[in-house]
Amino acid sequence: MNKEETVQSVYSVKNFNLWYGNTQALKDISIEIPEKQVVAIIGPSGCGKSTFIKTLNRMVELVPTVKMKGSIHYNNEDIFKSNAKVEALRTEVGMVFQKPNPFPKSIYDNVAYGPRIHGIKDKKTLDEVVERGLKGAALWEEVKDRLSENAFGLSGGQQQRLCIARALAVEPEVILMDEPTSALDPLSTAKIEDLIHELKKDYSIIIVTHNMQQAARISDKTAFFLNGEIIEFGPTEKMYSKPDDKRTDDYISGKFG
Amino acid sequence: MKNKVVVPDEKQISRRITKNKLAQGIFFLATLFGMVVLATLIIRIFSQGIGYLNIDFLTNYASRRPEDAGIKAALLGTIWVMSITIPVSLILGVGTSIYLEEYAPKNKFTRFIELNLANLAGVPSVVFGLLGLTVFVRLLGMGRSILAGGLTMSLLILPVIVVASKEAIRSIPQEQYEAAYAMGATKWQIIRTVVLPAATPGILTGAILSLSRGVGETASLLMIGAMTFIAYTPTSILDSFTILPIQIFSWASRPQAEFQAVAAAGSIVLLIILILMNSLAIVIRNKYSKRY
Repeated sequence: MNKEETVQSVYSVKNFNLWYGNTQALKDISIEIPEKQVVAIIGPSGCGKSTFIKTLNRMVELVPTVKMKGSIHYNNEDIFKSNAKVEALRTEVGMVFQKPNPFPKSIYDNVAYGPRIHGIKDKKTLDEVVERGLKGAALWEEVKDRLSENAFGLSGGQQQRLCIARALAVEPEVILMDEPTSALDPLSTAKIEDLIHELKKDYSIIIVTHNMQQAARISDKTAFFLNGEIIEFGPTEKMYSKPDDKRTDDYISGKFG
Repeated sequence: MKNKVVVPDEKQISRRITKNKLAQGIFFLATLFGMVVLATLIIRIFSQGIGYLNIDFLTNYASRRPEDAGIKAALLGTIWVMSITIPVSLILGVGTSIYLEEYAPKNKFTRFIELNLANLAGVPSVVFGLLGLTVFVRLLGMGRSILAGGLTMSLLILPVIVVASKEAIRSIPQEQYEAAYAMGATKWQIIRTVVLPAATPGILTGAILSLSRGVGETASLLMIGAMTFIAYTPTSILDSFTILPIQIFSWASRPQAEFQAVAAAGSIVLLIILILMNSLAIVIRNKYSKRY
């Protein structure tokens, strides 16, 4: 028996298809996402990798023309079953986006936003959650003396860590990251990558990245998407040393993409 | 090497520079024309009306004698009408724009409604006056009251408020919505905590500008029968009323030269109110746009 199969799956995706109008964006996707690991999703532009992680927290449904078929289970619960509430799913599955998108509010109010919409009003509890979130995102030391300042005054890298802190404050189990460093300079990118290393102790992380070196540096497993299909999914080391599929090899060695 | 196609040609370049200067001159003249007309208007009104402008003018009712004539009833009437118009048009206007931008499905029907809203903003105010006369004054039996006047004016400026609010809401980046959705917020929570705070400066600016259009509005309220001679203070929204521009109009249409001056004094008051309102809009816009 393979070692990976003993790991608990946080997401179990079976024969999943997705269309935007008449264009099929995901084709027959089946994948088991392991718990408390970093799974990197790589592939060329337009291969469906962003669509895929946006499906995991059902954000993809904000596109009105979207149609879906197949099943996705999160912790053995069907995320599409008729009485499932997206608000509950998104509480357990946080998301960090490509471009830092803090609210035009204070640093404190940004991090407290999630807890507040989930009904936490007590000032002391909020203080604690904000501190824990900012510490979790390795931002606390930099901003603890200016929590009431506007988040737009932070640098791009700090803003992105603030967005991670904001996601952590909702106390999720999974964090989805959609190319979180593509708008950042190398130094800020390194900080976020270090952070991802720390975070995987407590969270399952699924990260879409354009940067193959980044996927190699931070992930335990890698899935290679091409034209809406999963070409290969396996331990990152193996994918980068001796991939099973020639297309994976071609993409990783830079022959296309 | 190929033959160069683009070579500097002295004559052609000086021709282009001359054209550039000519264009600048034309635009400057266009601006100058507007400024001169505006300055003439202001100077004329002030030189004519300033002599009548004193505390008595603000505290006296209209009178047959120009030296006793005052603007109190019209000023109060305008304030009363506005106190109906502001809440009604803001609540209906912002509500409509939120529904259209956030909830309504984007289909042919909503596009049709949006197109008509834009057209409504250009409908002559007399038409709105007719509507007010038919619906509020007659059908709903409000009579020629402040209430009917305020509601008519609300209808008149509603399209403008809706269009301005829609623009303000639409300018909020999609990423802001995504951030909130991804944390499990409901649509209403997002509207309350993300959309309204970000759109408020734009909404208020649009609302104040359209309200200042309402303050100067004459024809529609003339249609529903605002009086021209009122010598008492309104005590309820069902009282009859007059407003500043109608009062000014009535003075200006009298034959005596003195009343022309009284009308000018009234215009000064109206102008000052409009300038104050527009300044408020600018202050709000500058104060909040810095934060975002």
